[in-house]
Amino acid sequence: MNIQNMEKTRKQNSSSIKIFRDYLIFGAALAAGGVLLLIFPDKKEAAVTTAWSYMREMMAVLPAVMIIMGLFSVFISKEQVVKYLGKASGVKGPLLAIFFGALPTGPLYIAFPLASALIKKGARISNVVVFISAWACIKIPQELVELQFLGFKFMGTRLLLTIFFVILMGLLIEQLAFQKKQKQVHTR
Amino acid sequence: MKSAVILINALAVVFLVFAFFKDREKTRRSIIVAARSFLRILPLVLMIIVIVGLFSSFIPPSEIMKFIGAQAGWSGILAIAALGAVLHIPALVSYPLAAALLQSGATIAPVAAFITTLTMVGIITLPLEIKELGIKLTILRNSLSFILAVTIALIMGMIL
Repeated sequence: MNIQNMEKTRKQNSSSIKIFRDYLIFGAALAAGGVLLLIFPDKKEAAVTTAWSYMREMMAVLPAVMIIMGLFSVFISKEQVVKYLGKASGVKGPLLAIFFGALPTGPLYIAFPLASALIKKGARISNVVVFISAWACIKIPQELVELQFLGFKFMGTRLLLTIFFVILMGLLIEQLAFQKKQKQVHTR
Repeated sequence: MKSAVILINALAVVFLVFAFFKDREKTRRSIIVAARSFLRILPLVLMIIVIVGLFSSFIPPSEIMKFIGAQAGWSGILAIAALGAVLHIPALVSYPLAAALLQSGATIAPVAAFITTLTMVGIITLPLEIKELGIKLTILRNSLSFILAVTIALIMGMIL
């Protein structure tokens, strides 16, 4: 219990150091930009106008995106994902994999241990690959921000193409990995 | 563009109300998680905004077009796809950057390649992925994802 707590505070400390570092880097970028604009005052108006318009657009969605992501990450447990995906089969497999990959949030490195748990549970390799890929690039809040900045045509086309190719890649990897597994059995 | 803002905020409110009635304690925790990730991503977002501002005023569109515009072709797409694979920045932050690139003369394909490899291929997370999923699966997934991202980008460049 004590060790767990220590581990927890250690992790929290290192993450707050990282955040602090990020703010420092931002401060440095801001200062460098300020100096640059002092040297080239004629660029100032365009730079500030552009930055401000992006700032407004980002702040209009960022809190909402964070709330959606926060809700998903708390309400959908890892156990639920593993439970449903572990036994999914047939056409339902890749569709559920995309659904469960797109819902919960967090960086990709959280998905790896989950994927590993899925493989151990006997999930199909193709579904696991689809799950990781969906986790990486088909996040619902991210798609909405993409819609805002890049428009419906860009976002929609990229989403459809990604879903199609990711499922294809899952099946291809499964074929390749499966063949190699058979070879291993033979050489033993 | 405005409708996306309304959609995202409306979704957040609907989810929040739904969650609140389902489980108050979990909702409270979700909001703490959200606030924490907001503070975590904020410096990155602000930094990208500063960079986009400077970038749009200092680098003329003709220069951008040379690298990732219509003249750049294959090498431009491959270079920016490789950059996306190596960089480790959240996708959320990449969208304003992509929009700025498109506005200043970049073509669809390289921008799509960048966003797609950024999210799908992770050079920095390779060791972790190998540890959890094994070297075979990791190499297969990342190299195929790279090819796939470039394919998606090329198709998007053709049809959009």
